[in-house]
Order: sequence, then C-alpha cells, then structure tokens
Amino acid sequence: MTSQLFIQYLFAGITYGSIYAIVAIGFNIIYNTTGIINFAQGEFVMLGGMIAISLHTILPLPLAIGLAVITTMIIGALIEIIFIRWLKNPSVLRMIIITIGLSILIREAALHIWGEGVRSLPYFNGNEISTIRIMGTNISPQVLWVIGVCAVIVALLSLFFKFTSLGQEMRACAANRLAATLCGISTKNMVTLSFMLSAGIGALAGCVVSPITYTQYDGGTPLAIKGFTVAVLGGLGNSMAAVIAGLLLGIIESFSVSVVPLAFQDAISIAILLTILFVRPHGLFGSKEAAGLKEF
Amino acid sequence: MKARKYFPIFVLMLVLAGIQQLTQLTGTVYYLTQMTMTAYYALLIIGLCLVMGYAGQLSLGHAGFFAIGGYTSAVLTTYDLTPLLSKGNSIISFLAASGLLVSRDNLYGEALLSVNPWIACVAAIIVTVVIAFLIGIPVLKLKGHYLAMATLGFGIIIFRVVLATEIFGEADGISDVPGFPLLPGVIVSGDFSNRVQNYYIACILLVIGFVLLQNLIDSRVGRALRAIHGSEEAANAMGVDTSRYKLYTFVLSAVFAAIAGIFLTHYNGGIGPSEAGIMKSVRYVAIVAIGGMANLWGALVMAALLNFLSLRGMFGSYDDAVFGTILIIIMLFAPHGLLRLQFWHFFKKSSGNT
Amino acid sequence: MKRFFLSTVTLLALWAMASFFAMPTAVQAKTIKVGAILAESGGASFLGGPEARTIKMLADKINAAGGINGDTIELIIKDSGGNPEKAISFAKQLIEEDKVLAILGPSTSGETMNIKKICEDGKTILLSCAAAEVIVNPVGKYVFKTPQKDSYAVKKIYMEMNKMGISKIAVLAGNTGFGKAGKEQLEALAPEFGIQILAAEVYDKAATDLSAVIAKISANNDIQAVVNWSIVPAQAIVAKNIRQAGWNVPIFQSHGFGNIKYVEAAGVAAEGIIFPAGRLLVADTLPDDNPQKKVLTQYRDEYEAKFHEPASTFGGHGYDAIMILVEAIKNAGSTDPEKVRDAIENLKGFDGTGGIFNFSPEDHNGLDIDSFAMLTVKDGKFALYNK
Repeated sequence: MTSQLFIQYLFAGITYGSIYAIVAIGFNIIYNTTGIINFAQGEFVMLGGMIAISLHTILPLPLAIGLAVITTMIIGALIEIIFIRWLKNPSVLRMIIITIGLSILIREAALHIWGEGVRSLPYFNGNEISTIRIMGTNISPQVLWVIGVCAVIVALLSLFFKFTSLGQEMRACAANRLAATLCGISTKNMVTLSFMLSAGIGALAGCVVSPITYTQYDGGTPLAIKGFTVAVLGGLGNSMAAVIAGLLLGIIESFSVSVVPLAFQDAISIAILLTILFVRPHGLFGSKEAAGLKEF
Repeated sequence: MKARKYFPIFVLMLVLAGIQQLTQLTGTVYYLTQMTMTAYYALLIIGLCLVMGYAGQLSLGHAGFFAIGGYTSAVLTTYDLTPLLSKGNSIISFLAASGLLVSRDNLYGEALLSVNPWIACVAAIIVTVVIAFLIGIPVLKLKGHYLAMATLGFGIIIFRVVLATEIFGEADGISDVPGFPLLPGVIVSGDFSNRVQNYYIACILLVIGFVLLQNLIDSRVGRALRAIHGSEEAANAMGVDTSRYKLYTFVLSAVFAAIAGIFLTHYNGGIGPSEAGIMKSVRYVAIVAIGGMANLWGALVMAALLNFLSLRGMFGSYDDAVFGTILIIIMLFAPHGLLRLQFWHFFKKSSGNT
Repeated sequence: MKRFFLSTVTLLALWAMASFFAMPTAVQAKTIKVGAILAESGGASFLGGPEARTIKMLADKINAAGGINGDTIELIIKDSGGNPEKAISFAKQLIEEDKVLAILGPSTSGETMNIKKICEDGKTILLSCAAAEVIVNPVGKYVFKTPQKDSYAVKKIYMEMNKMGISKIAVLAGNTGFGKAGKEQLEALAPEFGIQILAAEVYDKAATDLSAVIAKISANNDIQAVVNWSIVPAQAIVAKNIRQAGWNVPIFQSHGFGNIKYVEAAGVAAEGIIFPAGRLLVADTLPDDNPQKKVLTQYRDEYEAKFHEPASTFGGHGYDAIMILVEAIKNAGSTDPEKVRDAIENLKGFDGTGGIFNFSPEDHNGLDIDSFAMLTVKDGKFALYNK
C-alpha cells in the first residue's frame, strides 16, 4: 500500500468515524440521564438535514441550519414530553420498543412529507469536486467541516458538562437520580433537556454530512445502528470513548475495503465488533463495575 | 387438570378448522393463502416469545434464523447438480444412487437434479442449531443493551452475507423453489390446488409448536426460566443452571424460526433478502411485546392479526406507519399487552363470579 | 373463568371473521380490473414511487376520457415495499380474489422472478417494470416487461468504449437486483467487445460515502474508465468521490441514472457522465419527425404538471406497462385474458417512452438496441451524447 493510498483510506475512515461518533454521542447523552437508548437518534440526523434543505430554499445556509437545529430540538423535546415524561418507571425493554416505534413513525412521516427522492445541502465551501490537497491526497473541504464540527461538539459538550451549572445538574442526574432529586434538581426537566441536546447535536450532524452522504427519508436507521454499535463498543455512557470507538470503526471499515469485497464491509466490521464485545462484554473503555450498576 | 389445560388448544383447533369451513362456505378460499403465510410467521413469533417473555432475553436477530432455515433449504433444493453429475463427480452419483437427490422439471421444461427436500430440511435445521449454539454461547453472557447490540449485529451479518453472496441470489433472492412433499399426496407448495391442504399443514405445525412450548413453560424448565427472568442471580444461587437453560431456549426458538423459514420458502416458492432484514426482526420483537411478552396466547393472536393484515396490504403505503403507531400506543398504554388490559381483567372477574 | 374468557374471545373472533368474509365484493359492470404491485415505499421506492404515480395518473386520464372501448379501468395498487414475500402474497390475492386481467409491476427483478410462476399458473398477464433480462429469457407465456434489456445497455456502453479506445475498466454496482443484473451482463459481454474488467465492487444501496473504495480502484493505473451500475442515490456519490479524488477517468453509468435528481445531487461531478437511456430525458432535442417525440413530451409535461417533480425513465416504465395493456385491450376488442395476451404478443410499432415496442412470441420485451440513446450531462442537464 502506498502512503498516498494509506492516507486516503485514513481520511475516508475518519470521515465515517466522525459521523458515527456524533450519532453515538447523541445516544450517550440520553442514556446518561435516563438509562435508555433512544433508537430514534438516527431520525434526528435525518430530520435535521431534511428541515435544513427545505429551509435553504428560502433562507441563507447558516440561518437554515440554525433554524433546522432549533426545530429538531423542539421536536426532540416534544417527543420526550408526549411519549416519555409521564411514564412511571418504564422498563428498558419497553423504552427500546417505544423508541423503535418512534423511529418508524418519524421515518414514515418523512417519506410522506418529503417523498422518496434524494436531497442534499450544497457544499459549505466550493462544490462537489473542489478539493484540498493534504499530504499528497485530495480531500473534500466538507470532510474537514465534518471532522471540525465533530471536534467542536465534543469540546463544547465537555465544557458544558464540566463548567455550567446546567451541565453539572445533568451529570448529577446521570450519577444518581434519587440524590439529584433530593438536591432539588428537576430530573424530569433534565431528561427533556437531554433529548433536546441530543436532537440538536444529531440535527447539526445531519446538516454537516448532508452534502457528502445526501439526505433521504430512510437514512436514519443505518446511522442509528452504526451509532449504537459505536456507543456500545466504547462503553455506554462514555462520550469520549464513543469518539475513539467511532473513529476506530470508521478506520476499520475503510481499510477493510482493501482486503475484502466492499459488499462484505458491514458484515466484517460488525463481526469484529461482536468479537470485541464477547471478550470485553462492557465495551472497550467501559468499566465492568459501571456496567453492572446500570439497571437493565 | 389435563383437560383444562388442553381445552383452549382444542378451541384454537376448532377455530382454525372453522375458518377453513367458513371460507369454503362463503367462496372465499383465497383468504387461506395469507393465513397459511401468517401461521408460519406466528410459529416464529411464539418461539421468540419463549426467549423474550419467559427467559427474558431480547433477540433482535431472529429474522436471521428464519433466513438461515429458508435459504439453506432453498439453495439445496434449487441448486442444479446435473452438470456435476455429467462430469462424473463420484459423490453426486453416489447421492443420486442412494435416492437423496430428486429430479424435476423447471418452469421451462428443463430437467433439474437437486437435493431431496427432506434432506434439505434436515440439513437446514442442523445448520440452524449449530449456528444458534455458536452464537448463543457468547451472546447470552451479555445483558441489556449489550445483548440487544449483539443479537442485532448477528442479524445484520446474516442479512449482509445473504445480500452479498452469489449462491444466495444476492438482491434477487432465490425463486423457483419446488414444493416439499411431506407424505405421498401431501405437499407444501403454493399451487392454487393445494391451498386447503397447506393451510392445515401450517396450522398443525403451529398447534404442535404451541403445545410443545406450553408444556415446556409448565414444566420444571419453565419454572427455571421464570426464575431467570425474575432474577438471574437468585436463580443461580438456587442451583438453576441459568446459562444452560438460556442457551437451550435460544436454540429451540431458533429452530422454530428455521422451520417457519423452511416451510414458508417452499410454500412461497422463493425467498428474498428482505426476510433477513432488520425491520423484520424488529417487527417480530414488537409483536411479542404487543402480545404481552410472557404470554404465548397474546403473541399468537397478535402475530396472526398483524401479519395477516400486513400480508393483505390492508394499510397500503402506511404499513410501517400503522405498525409503528400500534406499537407506540400499546407500549404507552398497555405495556403488558393488549390481552391484559384492565378491561379484560374486569371482564374476567365478572365472568368468574357468575 | 379463563375458559370462559378464552371461548368468548374466540367466538368474538369468529364472528368478526364471519362478517369479514361475508362482505360482498362489489362487482360493477363494465370495469376492467388491473392490479399493480409496486414498491411505493422501502428501498426500491425510487422506482415504485414514480411508477405508481404515473400509472394512477394514466388510469384516471383514460377513465375521464370514457375508458377503453367504453369500459373503465379499476386500478388496484399494492405497495410491496420491495419485499418478495409481500409481492407473492399480493400476486395471489390479485389473481384469485380480485381476478384482475393483468398485473403491472413489480418494480424489482427479485420480486418479478418470485411471482413469475404464480402468474404463469394463474394465467394472468404480468407486465413487469423491472430490468433484468431473466424475466423474459426464457420466455414465460404470460410474462412481459417494459424496461429495455440490460444487455442492450451494456452493448451500447461497450460499443462506445470501443470507439474511444477503452479496453480496461472497473465496474461498480449497487447491491440491488438492478445492480446485480447489470454486473452480470457487463461481465458476460466484456470478452465479446475485447474489454477487460480489472476491478469489480458492489456497494450497499444505502452507502453514504465511497471514497475508500474509489481510492482502492484508482490506485490501479491501468483502469481507463469506470462503469457504475445502480439505481440508488449512491451513483451520484460514486461520481462525486471519483472527481474529488482528482481522478479524471470517463464515467459510464447505467440507464438507472435517468433521473435528473441524481444529476442535481452530483452537481458538477455529474458533468460528462455517459450513459444509455430511453429518449424521454432528451425529448425536446429530438427531431420533430421522431415518432416517439409526441408521446415523450406529452407524458413528461403531464407528469411534471401534476406532481411538480421531474419525470424520470422509471415512471416511463409504468407508462409503457399500462399503455401497452390498454393498446392490447383495444386491439383485442375484448377483455378476455387470452385474447389480450395474444394482442400484446402481436403488438407492433407501439410508441412508448422506452422506445418502439415490437412484441413477438419469442420476444416479450419488444425493444431493440436502438431504444437506447447515449446521453451525457451538460451544464446540469441531460443531452444527447455526440461522439
């Protein structure tokens, strides 16, 4: 393998990996405050892209994206308020099934609203074929946008959780819900907030990747599966681990192309993941104790 | 005691036979086509109900087992061995001589030589059991979301392999699968003339499967399973070999899925990759949940109802949307399944008093 | 009490069933029942969506104009979502229950192959909208198809390559039935044209980025052209990724590229792509004496006016399916299935969107290689490719 080819694979892998990582972070935010996996996370990505594309016909790009993110956040909050907030101690399985149902509903609604066609936002810089030369290979500027936005999201999130009181309250909620309630934190509001946050992050991701991957009504499910995989691989609830696991998965996928036919790419990458999961049942970076403590 | 236990089964059989008679009387025999298909899906779903409801293990990859059964049988019964035979392959000629192969004509009148459906069926079940064991041993050590991920992953791998492998027909799947002669004169096939017969074949299989599961649940094994569902640690401490029980039920339900796959593939005369898709697995899990998890009757009734309506195209392009709506509504308002709504409780109580 | 409960439930179920069965099927005089099995939702909805809309539009139009020989069409559209098992269920339902004269569709070749035998056994005409050649080769008595044969598309591309002096190519295909059939033909016909396939890869229909596989292929310096065969949006991604990698090979696409949405999605990267397609996409540039021109412009204008989206060749397959049936019913002067079937088989010189159909007992597709024109993308629009 030439070094040029190596770098091409690497960048392709980092692009996929960043997308997976953003989706996985969305999973983790909700998981941390509620202990549930929101299978509709992929649909937030799709919705963000779709809404931005529709708005872009009348608004300039940054405004369209901003409005799309806010709209999706509102949708996220509504979903939580209508479907989840009032449930008393729902079991994990019940929540999994409700969110799967939501994901089906959102997808079908999107099919009937936007149709089956393919849409995309324009490239943020340049057009479909403009490239930047890095280390002897050509990279689309949008790839840098994706990587950059992913990095900014991760940085902002960790600042938010560390230094803002809202973030600290959410962390308290994640650590011990009862104790948080006793300290006067409204855990219900924290859950709504976590849905808004992850919907917003998903929507932003959906906008940034739209020029590369296109946006389609059924694009959410594959992303959700990959994001879930990455979240589990990293160890549920651990956002930094999700980023590393996401990049790892992306790079494995892109390099696997060089040895096995592309058609088997998914099968191979998931087989590797399962093997890792069998050896380390609590994820690559999750601790056994933490996994044991979470209620299933 | 025994009579009491089998009474509902008896009623079920009466209902199934009654439906057939009714279609005959009203000249609507064509309904049996979709009912037969429905019965096979129901067979898979009650098997999954054992794993999910009674052993408490989520499986998001059960369509994979259906596909393993269906595809193995389909490949073996459609793969034409004539060229190999004419090349003088000694294994093939031995097989042909020992009656394990059958020859038939295809749609265009060309002679084909392929494996006897019985052999194919047994082979498909063996393959399923082996894979279920291999997958089950590591997977069932996982819990909660990790278990969900692992079974989902298994389903995706099967789907991808089916979709990428030439022998499985890639995106087109396998068509022209011949009928499966069970006994002389009794054949599993989709021919219009065999419809009533096939309806009964499917119903009998379903009832046998149901009785088997019901007995299993009422036995020592069933008590052990419920103990696992309640608290695995406690069950372990009481000396229940939890991992073995979990594994056996997993394999058993995989066999149920595979048998459903084999029979439906012969009945339909083909199988496509959509049968292995993730949405299918999700659908099966959801139907078990709607039926009330640890409720075989619930799973059976819901499987029959929802599959039948879907296969008839009742909801048109809104099929998935309607399904998602039902799923959410039931999970929100009746998490223990439709048959255990307060309304039914009330009904049961009042009937008990009289 | 459980017993009582169960028996009551079963009785109720029985009663419900009985009322269900007893529903009389409305039989109106003078209607021609036509079934359609199309993938309006699901992975093949790029095909099924436009096909279903087109067929509905035409049936309404024909009925509004007084029907065929005074009979109106009753259209029963079933959405299979691209699932063969649903197509099987629907095919049996349409044949036995609704007793349709003909079934239009399905959209994908996998579904079509699965219901081919059912239609043969049920003696019901099937006008498939799927491209794979196996549908009509070998010929089934009742099975026809409207899209052009894959082999003709491949031959067109290879002939063009011979002219351009290209002999070493890479093949990419989507993992749909369309991609599979195309890849098989590309591989089968390559030696005949002296073309070598140096690399072949299959990508997922939901693929979102293919830069890794493009990197792999482009590392082989012998490759002179890339042929991509699919119907999914990923074909726009292929073009983009090739150009982004700074790789300036000629890109050939299949007739699955015949949807302006893909050109829009690929943007500048679509410029110069060469592909074979029916003439619907370049209807305006055809000379006025072209017999297809009127049909093409009329269909395109009606479709675009009604659905506010660009017409595609996929919708055209739906147009051809229903119009061939209508023409055959007119010619047969009857709605007897056997007579209509014979009329389709004897249909000659029918101007459809896919080309001029000339059916015969040996040819249930009816199109020849000239039904394809080589097109290219110029300034974001389709244009005839001038050598």
